[in-house]
Amino acid sequence: MAMKLNPNRNVPEAADLTSKEAVLEELGREESYLHMVTRRFLKHKMAFFGLIVFAIFVLVALLAPVLAPYDPNKIFGDFDASPSSAHLLGTDQVGRDVLSRLIFGSQVSLTVGVGAVAIYVAIGIVLGLLAGYFGKWVDMIIMRITDVFMSFPYFMVILVLVSIVGPSLSNITTVIGLLGWPAIARLVRGSVLSIKEMDYVKAGVALGYSTPKIIFQHILPNALAPILVNATFGVASAIIMEASLSFLGMGVRPPAASWGNMLTEAESITVLSSQPWLWFPPGLMILLAVLSINFMGDGLRDAIESQQAK
Amino acid sequence: MAQYIIRRILIAIPVILGVTILNFFIINLAPGNPVDMYVNPSATPQQIAMEKHALGLDQPIIIQYFHWLGQLIQGNLGFSYSTREPVTSLITSHIGPTMLLMGISLIIGYLIAIPLGIISARKQNSWVDYLTTGFSFFGVSVPHFFLGLGVIYLFATKVLLFPTGGMNTLGGSGSFSDLFVHLILPVAVLSTGIAGNMIRYVRSSMLDVLGKDYLRTAKAKGLRQFIITNKHALRNALIPIITVIGIDIPMLIGGAIVTEQVFQWPGLGLLTIQSISSRDYSTLMGINLIAAIAVLLANLLTDIFYAVADPRIRYE
Repeated sequence: MAMKLNPNRNVPEAADLTSKEAVLEELGREESYLHMVTRRFLKHKMAFFGLIVFAIFVLVALLAPVLAPYDPNKIFGDFDASPSSAHLLGTDQVGRDVLSRLIFGSQVSLTVGVGAVAIYVAIGIVLGLLAGYFGKWVDMIIMRITDVFMSFPYFMVILVLVSIVGPSLSNITTVIGLLGWPAIARLVRGSVLSIKEMDYVKAGVALGYSTPKIIFQHILPNALAPILVNATFGVASAIIMEASLSFLGMGVRPPAASWGNMLTEAESITVLSSQPWLWFPPGLMILLAVLSINFMGDGLRDAIESQQAK
Repeated sequence: MAQYIIRRILIAIPVILGVTILNFFIINLAPGNPVDMYVNPSATPQQIAMEKHALGLDQPIIIQYFHWLGQLIQGNLGFSYSTREPVTSLITSHIGPTMLLMGISLIIGYLIAIPLGIISARKQNSWVDYLTTGFSFFGVSVPHFFLGLGVIYLFATKVLLFPTGGMNTLGGSGSFSDLFVHLILPVAVLSTGIAGNMIRYVRSSMLDVLGKDYLRTAKAKGLRQFIITNKHALRNALIPIITVIGIDIPMLIGGAIVTEQVFQWPGLGLLTIQSISSRDYSTLMGINLIAAIAVLLANLLTDIFYAVADPRIRYE
């Protein structure tokens, strides 16, 4: 990966960092920003571990139809069966194969996580760029709206809105996406305010470039790093959000399988105490997925911050 | 100082108005006529029509908003669709248990996070640091309902140490020790999340301060490390953390809804879930508004505390 980014360098791929930097210095060549962040990220042990676990999750989600032993909605004769060779994680209260549902559940988590964050990052970037670049009353209005959205207890409003529009995969993705943007908007606005004063932006203005060109080609690329970190943590919290909503019956509803709604059954004490295979695996999957993403976010932040500190 | 506080309150006013507008907009999305909410449901249709007319509820939406706002200022949050009780009294009867649960969880969460964050920063890259960071990641990443079900499984069904839920034993004496036993598991779940989040801030803030020149000076003049860490460094490290408390509140409300459901804790979170299943939008809007105002107040207070603790803020 690292080699591809900078193909005409014959520095060995070995992990010896100091010599690598020394070689670079000798060559008198600046390491590209993207390459430096990638290298620091991959050196970060927890981030690397997170990346591998997350990659496995993505693969499982993509290959779910191949990997799952059964159709996740197929009902077998024996319900509540404990784990056996035919059903490695047993069957649920309706008689569906738990392992297959677990595998298909990863699709739901990833869809909501990535989908919702993509929506709110787009909204946040546009609003943040407008507020930061134009300033004055545009900034004033956008920032007050941001304050309003920020003072609403996020989960509570999502819960209420989903109960009004009806719980479904696309609805929760949209609702989380429409409410999640304030933090990104503030972040982008802050970056724009500082980048706006840079010489290269002023040069763009002096050269008579159009405003959209300056905003999207000159300012935005330089504000991307903190957005990326925030979005990574955002995917993790959107996954928890979906799982919590589904657990409460306000997200993805059965028969569709979601890790969150698989735990709903465990609200009955008999299921909780005598059939742990029904609720422990999906809970563990949520924890692992969220942990791996948070590790990646942490590594990314460290990689970017130590780069900026230099 | 007074000037700063006044300015900060003046900024909060348009935000509160915005919150009510957004809330009203959400009510209008809900099925049913939102204006029915604050007309006493036991009235006859004619009475309702008259009352609506008297209140101007047959007016355009903008005028309706101002009428709704007027009722709101007088403390009328309307009537519950399902139980027909005034929403205000529903909320007041459920807010106590939630405040108790959230308050204790916040205090315990911070009592765990602050010392752990300090030790973790002081002994960076030691096993204590790794263990603390690991706990912090776990606290942030584990869903409240999974942790809740996990502790019920372990400590209420396998080892019968604690009750599985509720606030008091049914038919029990309602004694303090009974309440205490019921509090332990939900508080453990909520404070794990709070502590996990807080440790990160304390650790990074402390690391930041420990590298400062004035701490080197303190060390150079021969102060004991204990005093340097816990007096000179801690004071400065805790200042930015004040604002985190304000950020914690909305997160805590989300966590409390799920936790109250898992433990059947009779607070606003459980009321929320019940209102959702009975499609009781008037109650939901009331809770939503109260929660938003609580968040705003928490932010206002933390901003003011921040300005008291760090005078530089006021001049920015």
